[in-house]
Amino acid sequence: MTSRQRIILLSTISAVALIVVIVFGTLAYLRSQTALRTPSSVSVIPVTTFTGDRVEFRNTASGADYGKVASVPLDDASGVRSVSSQYCDRVYSTPKLTMCLTTDAGIVTTWTALQFGETGSQEQSWSLPGAPSRTRISANSQLVAETSFVTGVSYAGVGFSTETIIATSSGKSFGNIERFTLLVDGEQVAAADRNIWGVTFSDDDRHFYATAASSGSTWLVYGDLIDKTLVSVRENAECPSLSPDGNRVAFKKNTGTLDSPDWRIAVLNLTTMVETVLSEERSVDDQVEWLDDATLLYGLPRADVVGDSDVWSMPADGSGTPTLFIPHAWSPSVVRP
Amino acid sequence: MYISLTNRPEDPEGTPKGTKAANGVSSVVISLGVVSLLTDISTESVSAILPLYVTSVLGLSTVAYGVLDGLYQGVSAIVRIGAGWAADQGNQPKWVAFFGYGLSAIARIGLLLATSFGALAAVLTADRLGKGIRTAPRDSLITAASKPNNLAASFGVHRALDNTGAAIGPLLAFVILLLIPNGFSTVFVVSLAFALVGVAVLGIIVPNRGSNARAEPAAPGGEPRGSRRRIRWRELNNPGLKRLLLAAGMLGVLTIGDGFIYLVLQDRSAFAAQYFPLLYVGTNVAFLIFAVPIGKFADRFGRARTFVFGHVFLLAAYVSASLPVTGAAITILCLVLLGGFYAATDGILSVLATQFTTSDTRATSIAAAQTVVALSRFVAAAGFGILWFAIGREPAMVLVSIGIAIAIPIVAIILRGARPYRADV
Repeated sequence: MTSRQRIILLSTISAVALIVVIVFGTLAYLRSQTALRTPSSVSVIPVTTFTGDRVEFRNTASGADYGKVASVPLDDASGVRSVSSQYCDRVYSTPKLTMCLTTDAGIVTTWTALQFGETGSQEQSWSLPGAPSRTRISANSQLVAETSFVTGVSYAGVGFSTETIIATSSGKSFGNIERFTLLVDGEQVAAADRNIWGVTFSDDDRHFYATAASSGSTWLVYGDLIDKTLVSVRENAECPSLSPDGNRVAFKKNTGTLDSPDWRIAVLNLTTMVETVLSEERSVDDQVEWLDDATLLYGLPRADVVGDSDVWSMPADGSGTPTLFIPHAWSPSVVRP
Repeated sequence: MYISLTNRPEDPEGTPKGTKAANGVSSVVISLGVVSLLTDISTESVSAILPLYVTSVLGLSTVAYGVLDGLYQGVSAIVRIGAGWAADQGNQPKWVAFFGYGLSAIARIGLLLATSFGALAAVLTADRLGKGIRTAPRDSLITAASKPNNLAASFGVHRALDNTGAAIGPLLAFVILLLIPNGFSTVFVVSLAFALVGVAVLGIIVPNRGSNARAEPAAPGGEPRGSRRRIRWRELNNPGLKRLLLAAGMLGVLTIGDGFIYLVLQDRSAFAAQYFPLLYVGTNVAFLIFAVPIGKFADRFGRARTFVFGHVFLLAAYVSASLPVTGAAITILCLVLLGGFYAATDGILSVLATQFTTSDTRATSIAAAQTVVALSRFVAAAGFGILWFAIGREPAMVLVSIGIAIAIPIVAIILRGARPYRADV
C-alpha cells in the first residue's frame, strides 16, 4: 500500500466509526429527550411532602418524573403516585427522616448521601466514594446507614469494593464499619479484601445486621456500635432486613456461583434458626423491605428497559407466589406515621 | 512505509526511520501514542462507568469480583511474558501488539452483549489479557523507532499521549451519561469506535519494525525480516537485567497502589472525599504533564537515576498523604507527586530493560521487567491491605514510607553496578 492509500483507508475507517457513533448517539439522545419531555407514563401528582400510611420509592416510570422520589398509599399501591422534586438513586424513609443517595451528574460526576427531615429540610450530607447501593434508617429514626461502591481506584486496581457508613441522625458518624473487628465463627478475619454492606438496624440504637464478605464468601453478621464488632451469624446471606417484630431476618442467598450468582430470598427465624427459602424463582438483587410481619417487598429490574424496575410482594412464610406490587418502582420503604 | 514518509532509502546509520517531530521523536512513536490515546479513551470511558452500569444491571456481585481480580493479574503476567517472547521470536512486535489491541477491541463488542456477571467478567478478562499482550511488544516498537539518545523522551511522548486518553475517557463517559441518562450502550458504542480506530491506526500506519532495524541495519543478504529466530537465553540471563529486575521488584513490593493513598486522602479531606471517584484522573493529568519533561531529563542525566529518583516522588506522595493536614492543596500535591512518580518510572522502566539486553530479546526483556513490577505491586497491595487492618492506616503508611526510604539508596547502589549488555562481552 502506498502512503496515500493508507491515509484513505484510515480516514474511511475513522469516518465510518464517527458516523456510526454520531448516528447512534444522536438517536439515543433524541430518545432520551423525548422521554424527558413526555409526561410521566403513569399518573402522578406533584407534592412537596408525603402524608399518611404509604410506600415511598424511586419512580422509574419513563417520562418527566423519572428518578424522583414518589409515594403511593398503602391501601392503594397501584394507584396514582405522588411525586416529589427530589431525585434519588436509592431512598429510604421513616415518618421522621428520608435518606437519599443521589448522583450529581456532570463532566465530573460525583455522588452524595443526603438526610432530609420531616419537612424536607436537609439535615446532613456527605460525599460518597462511588455509585450508591443501599440505605436504611432505624425504626425510631435515630440511626442512618448507607452503602456505596468505592470506585476510581483505577483500571486493574484492587477491584471493586464497598464503603458502609453508619451515623446518628444528629450527625455523629461511626465511620466506615469495615474497620470494626470482624469475627467469623469466633476467629478474627483481618483479610484486606473484606467488605461490608447492607445494614439493617435493631431497635436498641446499638445493634444491627449487615453482610460481610471476604475471599469469595459472605456472612450475615451481627454488629455492635459500642464494641465495634461484627460477629458472623450465618454463611451465604447478603443484604439482611429485619422484620418489624424483630424475630426474623430476610436476606438474599446465592444459589449460583461467584461468577454467575443466582439469588433466592430466604427468611431466617432468629429464635429457631430455621431458614425458609421463598419460591420466587427470579434472581433478586435487592435489600428486601417488610411490608408488614407477613409480607416482603423487593425490586426486580425489567429485562427489556435499562433503568426501569418493578416492586414485587411475596408472603414471608414461603407460601404463595410473587405479586406485582408497584410497577415502575425501585427502592421501596414502608412508612406508617 | 509510514504516513509521513514516502520511499526514502534505508538509513546507513541504522537510525530508525520515520520523520522526526520538532523534539526529535519519531513519527512512529507519535503514531503509537495516538493508538494508545484512542485505546485509553476506549478503556477508561468504560472503566469509569462500569460500576454504575454494574449496579444498575448486575448488582452487588461485583464485590465478589474483587476476589477474582488477583487471578486475572496472575494470568495477565503470564501472557505478558509470553507475548514479549512471541514478539521477539517471530520478530513481529507490531502484529503481536495488534493482536493485543484487537482482543481488547473485540471485548468491547462483548460489552454490548454481556448481560450477566459471568459474561461481563469474561469480557473484562479478555480486555485485560489484551492489555497484557500488547504492552511489551508496543514498548519494543517504541524503542526500535527511537534513537538511543532520545529514548526516554520518546517514551515520555508516548506516555503523555496515552495518559491524555486516560484523562479524556472518564470525562467523555460522564458527559455522555449527563446528556443521555442510562446511556450506557452509547458509551459502549463510543468506546468500541475509539478502540477500532486505534487498532486501525496501528495496523495501517505503524510499520512492523523488528529488532533488526538497529542491530542489523538492512544488511544485504542478512536475516530477512519476520524470520523465526532462537532467543539466546544468555542475552536475558545477564547480570545487568538481573539487577534491574531485583531493583524493580524491591521497589514494587513497596508501591502500595494508588487506591490506598486515595482512601487515606478521602479520610482527611472533604475535597478528596467529594472528588474521590475521579482522583485517578488527576493523577493521569499530572502524569501526562510530566511525562515529556521527565523523559528529556532522563535522557540527559541518566535513566536509572531518574527511575530511582521517581521513587522519591512516591515517598513524598506517601508522606503528603500521611500528614495531618486537611484541605484541597495537600490532595492536589499528592496527585501531582503520584503523577511525577509514574512519569519518572513507567516508561523509564522499559527504557532500562532494553539497555540490559540486545534488540533480539528486547520485548521479552521489557515484558520481564513489567511482569516483575506488576507481580510485586500485587504482593504490595495484598500485604498492605493486611497491614492496613492490622495496625491501622496511618501507621501502615508510615511503615511503608520508611521501607521505601531505606530501599531507594539500596536500589541506587544495585543499579549503579549494572552495566548495559553488549553481545560481544
